[in-house]
Amino acid sequence: MTLAETRPAEAAQTPVFYDLDEHDHPEGGSTLLGFWIYLMSDCLIFAMLFAAYGVLGHNYAAGPAPRDLFELPLVAVNTSMLLLSSITYGFAMIAMQGRRVRLTQFWLAVTALFGASFVGIELHEFGGMIGEGATPQRSAFLSSFFALVGTHGLHVTAGLIWLATLFVQVGKYGLIEANKRRIMCLSMFWHFLDVIWIGVFTFVYLLGALR
Amino acid sequence: MTDAHLDHEASHATETSIHATLSGYLTGFALSIALTAIPFWLVMRGGLDNKQATALVVVGFAFVQIVVHMLYFLHMDAKSEGGWTLMALIFTLVLLAIALSGTLWVMYHLDVNMMPGMQNMIHKP
Repeated sequence: MTLAETRPAEAAQTPVFYDLDEHDHPEGGSTLLGFWIYLMSDCLIFAMLFAAYGVLGHNYAAGPAPRDLFELPLVAVNTSMLLLSSITYGFAMIAMQGRRVRLTQFWLAVTALFGASFVGIELHEFGGMIGEGATPQRSAFLSSFFALVGTHGLHVTAGLIWLATLFVQVGKYGLIEANKRRIMCLSMFWHFLDVIWIGVFTFVYLLGALR
Repeated sequence: MTDAHLDHEASHATETSIHATLSGYLTGFALSIALTAIPFWLVMRGGLDNKQATALVVVGFAFVQIVVHMLYFLHMDAKSEGGWTLMALIFTLVLLAIALSGTLWVMYHLDVNMMPGMQNMIHKP
């Protein structure tokens, strides 16, 4: 290159090669980045649901208000379930790095247990609210509340299915490259859901209880 | 040329692994517990005297906790994937700020200006 710049006449005679072939990408080399971009788009979905809640959250239509519905102790338990599942997933990641198959599976199972209790408690809360007549159809506040919190709950449920699948795959194939990649993707997904939950418990529950 | 190519390959291979450490997770977990427990405690004991101040404190704790999660659990840094994860995050945050502030601003004014007679009905619980 430097030769070509200093002596253009000679450079014109020497053949120049361009690397037009797409060079090899190792399998899964861009999966983590691609998954991160998916998470960012998911983040926008939640942003719009938060915006909808921000706009509609005060329209009670003479129905129940957050203060009448939310039980903060229950939400605190729920939050700790999700936080605990986050740290146990971290332990699974560390077990994976140490190539310990059974230990990885154990921590994945513990994470799923905490995740399942989170979904269970949330369903119990929803059930109680619907039993009191606070259904999504009752008011704009409740519609946007169920849309936002329900979407988060659905994501956690999807994460649970993914956890179960990974548990079986790790058991069957061990900690091969593909499985490691999947565990890292699910790690991002799971921690991302915890980040969204911070927004939910702050803006919906805590600020709702303050109103 | 070939050296540069090999370097490129090598960096590809190392970039795919997230490096998690036990101390990192435990630090993140301890910080998250504190950052969750304090706002819950604050609101459950009835908040500060000033509601607005309480809300600000609670939201402040949430933002700090989101950063803690990003750093310790999601392992965000400027180097992973050649800086593209951070780029994607910043881009998303810009979109998020535009969409959220725009929605709240426009819809608030729509609410205030379009239905003068309904104000009391709408905001009454």
